[in-house]
Amino acid sequence: MKHDIVEKNLPLMIVLIIIAISWGALAEIVPLFFLKETTQPIEGLEPLSAVELEGRDIYIREGCHVCHTQMIRPFRAETERYGHYSLAGEHVYEHPFLWGSKRTGPDLARVGQRYSDDWHRAHLYNPRDVVPQSNMPAFPWLFEDKIDGRDTPKKMTALRHVGVPYTDEQIATAKDDADGVREIDALVLYLQQLGTVLTNKR
Amino acid sequence: MTELTTFWHVWVSAIVIGSMIACGILITLTFKNQKYNEETDQTTGHSFDGIDELDNPLPKWWMYFFWSTIVFGVVYIFIYGVGDWTGFGKWSSIGQWEKEVAQAEEKYAPYYAELNKLSVEELASNKDALATGQRIFASNCALCHGSTATGALGFPNLTDTDWLYGGTADAIKHTIANGRNGAMPANGLKPDMTASERSDIAAHVLSLSGRTGAGDASKGSALYTQACAACHMADGTGNQMVGAPNLTDNIWLYGGSEKQIEFTIENGRAGVMPAWKDILGEDKVHVLSGYVYSLSQK
Repeated sequence: MKHDIVEKNLPLMIVLIIIAISWGALAEIVPLFFLKETTQPIEGLEPLSAVELEGRDIYIREGCHVCHTQMIRPFRAETERYGHYSLAGEHVYEHPFLWGSKRTGPDLARVGQRYSDDWHRAHLYNPRDVVPQSNMPAFPWLFEDKIDGRDTPKKMTALRHVGVPYTDEQIATAKDDADGVREIDALVLYLQQLGTVLTNKR
Repeated sequence: MTELTTFWHVWVSAIVIGSMIACGILITLTFKNQKYNEETDQTTGHSFDGIDELDNPLPKWWMYFFWSTIVFGVVYIFIYGVGDWTGFGKWSSIGQWEKEVAQAEEKYAPYYAELNKLSVEELASNKDALATGQRIFASNCALCHGSTATGALGFPNLTDTDWLYGGTADAIKHTIANGRNGAMPANGLKPDMTASERSDIAAHVLSLSGRTGAGDASKGSALYTQACAACHMADGTGNQMVGAPNLTDNIWLYGGSEKQIEFTIENGRAGVMPAWKDILGEDKVHVLSGYVYSLSQK
């Protein structure tokens, strides 16, 4: 047996292990980088506006994605409750994506326009005011804190480097657009556009 | 099904099938190249710290298990396919979803068809329709209107007989299907309203439900006619065409204290009821209308 050649030669073993475990990725992941279905935006998809983008960052900062997924799986039980199953093309401008992996609260992939802005504000201020059984934390500080727009153009520029088609004009006005907006308003704007490109039609 | 180009179809298939063949070759060669095919006390010659490594053949059970994983893979590919080929099972996750939906449609379509024959008023006394409607309400409407439909500050109570947009069966169904957009402008129709004028109007509005405020209600009455009466009507009974609430019944969507009334006048209100036609579909909107209609019929 010649296995002692591999066993006694650590660098060789590392290389062979990497080759062995890459095999699955080569078949399952690599083709997706070149598949239209996963790399092209669906019709009508626009990059988030400056304020929506800041709202998204608040969503991440407050850890919403820890308890809420944004991924409707193609099961009837899910499409009945949340609407059309999620498509890869809806998420091509998201870096990082916020699909999540655990639902303490409901999925939010298509929560946009489902409830009124007033409801979102009341609910985020204190969820128990509108849903007595809720165990979601309250986020009252969002109503006082305001967005500092200094970093907004930088965020948009960074996203443009990874393929989000922001125009120069959008980036130029981003600071003024986002500066001083109440955090709650940015977050609600972000929530209200979630999943609305693909309408709620069954 | 995914649309792999020919290149990626060949790429995926080659890797998957190639790996399986390679595994088969590996186990065959390993088995062939064994020095001993029975357990012996021969060692490989590798000795460390007084411990010798025996040169025994691969355990038979292990080798059969290895082969069975390869067989499993072959069967799996025949059923589920590889690359762009869907296999003999023709399975896809979307296909499975479509089947689930079709099955449910087959099961529930006759039920909804029966209920669709009834009018909203008739549904309100139909036990099945009420049970279904109650569940639809709990999953979709209770977030704002509460699980008992009694509403909350800013979200209307559906169990009383005070309706913003009308409590007839048709009006309720229209509201659920198409949604409503409240539009009370800040300071009504008098954009230059001052704080003391607001206080006067609030006093007048309070007087409509038999209460008094700090402002001058008689001055407020004139201002009311100018700024508010177009929607809330001269006598304050409101207008369901535009969703202007009745101000005389002491039922308050946004709170009825003097402060709350002044706040509402100063900032306006724009309550939104989302449209549910596209989310729930006509059938469920119909059944739900029956349930909501029943709430105020007791």
